[in-house]
Formats: sequence, C-alpha cells, structure tokens
Amino acid sequence: MQKAVESDTPVTRLHEHASYDPADFEVPTGREEEWRFTPLRRLRGLAGADPLPAGAVTVEVEPAPEVKAEKAQRGDPRIGASYVPTDRVSARAFASFTEATVITVPAEAETTAPTMITVHGEGTDGVAFGHTVVEVGPMARTTVVLDHRGSATYADNVELVVADGAALSVVSLQDWADDAVHLSHHHVQLGRDAKVSHTVVTLGGDLVRIVPSVTYTGRGGDAELNGLYITDAGQHQEHRLFVEHSAPDCKSRVLYKGALQGDEAHSVWIGDVLIEVSATGTDTYEYNRNLVLTDNARADSVPNLEILTGEILGAGHASANGRLEDIHLFYLMARGIPYEEARRLVIRGYFGELLDKIEVGDVRERVAQAVEAELG
Amino acid sequence: MATLEIRDLHVNVEEANGAQREILRGVDLDVNAGETHAIMGPNGSGKSTLAYAIAGHPKYHVTSGTVTLDGEDVLAMSVDARARAGLFLAMQYPVEVPGVSVSNFLRTAVTAVQGEAPKLRDFMKSMRKAMSDLSIDPAFAERNLNEGFSGGEKKRHEVLQLELLNPKIAVLDETDSGLDIDALKVVSEGINRFRAGAGHGVLLITHYTRILRYVQPDFVHVFVGGRIVRSGGQELAEELEANGYEQFVKEAAAVS
Repeated sequence: MQKAVESDTPVTRLHEHASYDPADFEVPTGREEEWRFTPLRRLRGLAGADPLPAGAVTVEVEPAPEVKAEKAQRGDPRIGASYVPTDRVSARAFASFTEATVITVPAEAETTAPTMITVHGEGTDGVAFGHTVVEVGPMARTTVVLDHRGSATYADNVELVVADGAALSVVSLQDWADDAVHLSHHHVQLGRDAKVSHTVVTLGGDLVRIVPSVTYTGRGGDAELNGLYITDAGQHQEHRLFVEHSAPDCKSRVLYKGALQGDEAHSVWIGDVLIEVSATGTDTYEYNRNLVLTDNARADSVPNLEILTGEILGAGHASANGRLEDIHLFYLMARGIPYEEARRLVIRGYFGELLDKIEVGDVRERVAQAVEAELG
Repeated sequence: MATLEIRDLHVNVEEANGAQREILRGVDLDVNAGETHAIMGPNGSGKSTLAYAIAGHPKYHVTSGTVTLDGEDVLAMSVDARARAGLFLAMQYPVEVPGVSVSNFLRTAVTAVQGEAPKLRDFMKSMRKAMSDLSIDPAFAERNLNEGFSGGEKKRHEVLQLELLNPKIAVLDETDSGLDIDALKVVSEGINRFRAGAGHGVLLITHYTRILRYVQPDFVHVFVGGRIVRSGGQELAEELEANGYEQFVKEAAAVS
C-alpha cells in the first residue's frame, strides 16, 4: 500500500511550539499532526508521563586529530544553545540525559579524518537518553559520523552548529538491532555562507524516528539533507524534515530514498519547508522516492512547502512511490544477467546517488554492503 | 552452425486495459549462421513484436508456435537464459537504468554470457577498442546506462553490446531509425564486423531500405499484418524502395 497525502496544518504552525520542559507538551494521543503516523504503543513509554527505568548506551568518540572531544555536564552553556525541543520526546531527552558529548572544531581547521561517535545500545531494559553538540568554527571543514548499533530504547538530541563559512558533513547511521527504538532530533544551525551535508542512513530498529531540522542565521547558507532507508517487515522508520528559510539567499536540497519489503514494513517521510517573508532569494527543492518491493508494505510521503514571499529563486518538491520497473529488469536480463543480479544492480543503482554522497569511504562501503545484504 | 527456427508463431500483446490483442499471426522463418535476413514492413505490422517475442519481453504472450535455437526450445527459457544461449536483441528503444554505469553493466553482462568474469584488463581493453570502433566517447563508460544518451548514442551503444557479447544470432530492431548518415555508417560497420565473425546470423528489422545499402542482406522478407507475406533477395528491397508497402498491404487485406 502506498500513499501520498497533503497535510492540512500550515507548516508555520507545526513547528512554533518549543520548550525545554516536557510538561509543556501534552502527552500525544496519536491524533496530533506530528504524531499521527507514529505507532505510539511501540514507544515503550517515551512519549508518556510515567517515570521509566534507566537503560544504558555506551558512547565512544574517536575524534579527528584537530578536533576537541569532551564530556559536558548539564548546565554547560553550549548545550541547548542552538536548539529548543519541539516535541515531548525531544524535551524529555533534553531533561533526562546525564552527560553530553561535545565536539569542537577550531576555526579554520581542516580535519584530516572523520570524527566517529559510536552509540552502542546495551539492551532494551530501560530507557536511555543522550545529547550531542558539534560546533564547527568559522571557515573550518570537518566530517562527523554518528554510528548507532546494538539494542536500546533511546531518545536524544543532536545540535550541529556550523559557523560562518564553515562546512560540516554528517552521516548518521541507524544500524540498530531489530528490537531498538530510537527517536532523535538533529538540529542544524547554519551561519553565513555555511554548508552542511547531512545524510541519514536508517537500516535497523523496530521503530526509528529521526527529525532533522535546519535554520539559517545568515545569508548564503546551503543545506543538503540526504536520506537512505531500508524498511523491513514490521519496522517503522520515520524521517521528518523541517527546513526553515528565514535568511535571504539560502539554499536547501532534500533527497530521501527508501526501499520497503515485507509485511507491515512502514516508512514515513515528511518534508516541511517554510520560506519566510525575510527569505528572499531562497532556492529549495525536496525529493522523496520509495521503492515498494513487496505487497503489505506502506510508504507515506508528505511534502509541505509553504512560501510567504514571492521573491525566491526556486521552490519545488517531488514525491513518488513505485515498484521495481519490469522494463529495467528486462533490459538487463536480455543481456544475459540473471534476475537476482539484475535486481541487485537496479536497486544499487537506485541508491547510487545517495551512496556517492557519503564521503567517508569505509562508511560508504559499509552502507553499500548493507544495502546488498538487506535486499540481496 | 547456429540456426534460429521460427515456426507458425502467434503472439498476443497485453494492452494497457489488460485485454489481449493478436499481433503475430503465424510467422515462419529460419535464420542460419552466416546469413543476414532483413524484415521490412510498415508501422504496426508487428515487426517489433517479433523481436520482443524472441527475446521474451513479459508483455508479449506466445499463444502458439515454436522458436528454437539449435533445436533448443527458446520459448521455455527465461529472458536471461535466451541471451546466454546466444540470442541478442538490439532494442529500438534502449532502456535508461539510473545509477548503473555502462562499464559495470557491460562487465556484468559479459561475465553472465561467458560464464566467468573476464580479466579486468582484458575487458577494459576490448571495451575501449569496441567503443573506439563505434566512435563512442570513452567517458561514456562511466555514465549511467542510456541515461541522457541521444538517440544515436543509444543505438551505437546497442551495437557496442552486440560486439562485446558476441551472440550467435542478433535481432536488430530498427537499429537504423533516427540515425544521421554518419551514425548510420558507423553502426552499419559495427553490424558488418559482427557478421564477418564465424557462426553469426543477423535478423535485421527495419522500416527503411537505407541501411540495406550498407548492410547487404541475403534475404528480404516483407512483413505485413503479423506475418511474412513475401520473401526474396536484395531485389525485393529495391522493389519496396520504388513502390512502397502499399501493394503488399492491399494484398494482405484481400487475403484476410
């Protein structure tokens, strides 16, 4: 089953409510716009009001040589400086984490290696919370990989602060075991002429819900938001994006592609883009495509574009759900290539443009292999 | 000696609404190694259906008749098995496959057809040579399969595959259509190189006589209303050139 539906709620009103205090958000019932696709019963109490037993994740950081990595305690001024939670689970994570990971990239540094942050879940008994801050100094360039593995019930917030003229490339891998529940907000704040390439790869988990958002604090910001997901039987994988164009002459590109297979596989992609009155010269385009490989899998895809000024460069979106094209398979098979291999080639080709965007060779190869293993 | 033998072939096409329509109404034809057969016919006569039915396109359903290659039942084979058995179809409308590079595709196909992976160096060498013979820019190897190719580039790329896969019998479906004269010559030379190889037969499907000046057929068949209505030699092509298909269409209408 496939569906593309328009939302009735204006983008402007969807994201304006923000608070550090979970009590400022009602316990969701599932009728709210931002929760209507999420199976709340599978959140293991994360969105509820009851206290939850503490679970554990292990966070390991391998910083690039030029980068400072530290543990920060609650109250550190860098925590929550760029982002105020916009839903109950995010606020709960903010109120509940014990220790934050803070990565600082000095001004003008060009790092010679990626910074690897590995979050390893130690089991689904209890609930774990996390917080990560990456601050990229002016004119610096760096790459950060967030690698999530193991079993966990985990909610966290990631703040990505990119100063003027800096460039950050982030890959977030959700390579969880099949019983993991993970809800995460990634907030990118882009300075003047700053650039981010943010790539989400979601392969595992029972329920994964990632909410990447972008704000611009100066002219000339450039955000590239990419996503690749493979949703298997019984999995719920949700990606909700929000790009808020408030500064003039900024750019955003969203490219998310998924493949779904198996009973009750469910993916959700929401692409909210808001172009405010002040954001003249905006250039934005978002694209979501889903390859539905079996019956009884469902891909929801909802682009919302709200434009409050006429003086923009361009704004568009496209969303399509489809099956593997028989004609592609026929062409390859007519050259002697067996069905299974033709299918692999076509699927790998489908994800190729996203794999190419992962700059870290090891990570790209791991994702490519995972794609083949999952769909082979 | 390879022989493609087609006997009393009837084929339906599945229409968009799911209905079946008969396109081929009893085709008989033998193509032997060393022979080039031209099938000529007006638009809508079923020429392409014949090509697709031989290759096993899922939209075309054989309702009766046989197709064999060296006695083996082609119709019982999957699409890929037909190619590995030695059949090749150069398509009229080659398919764009996003994200699959030409070189990766060619190497995978050559590996499948030969049954083992060629040495990378040998493969690259033969690919470059074949590309150069067809005046294909080497940069094409890294482009996505047929994506953004012009009509002429697509056709040259089909002939490139023909030369690299080296089948027994090649079915060329309007490989000449949409080509300017220079491209037509390049493509014809490619076909002639293939024809010169030992044990190769060609079934050339075309609407126009123009290509037959460069690729001279041993046999010409006029195809109207889903079957061959007349067979002859090169002189039949000249007759068509002079008089067109009209008389054959009328005759066929009078018969059926």
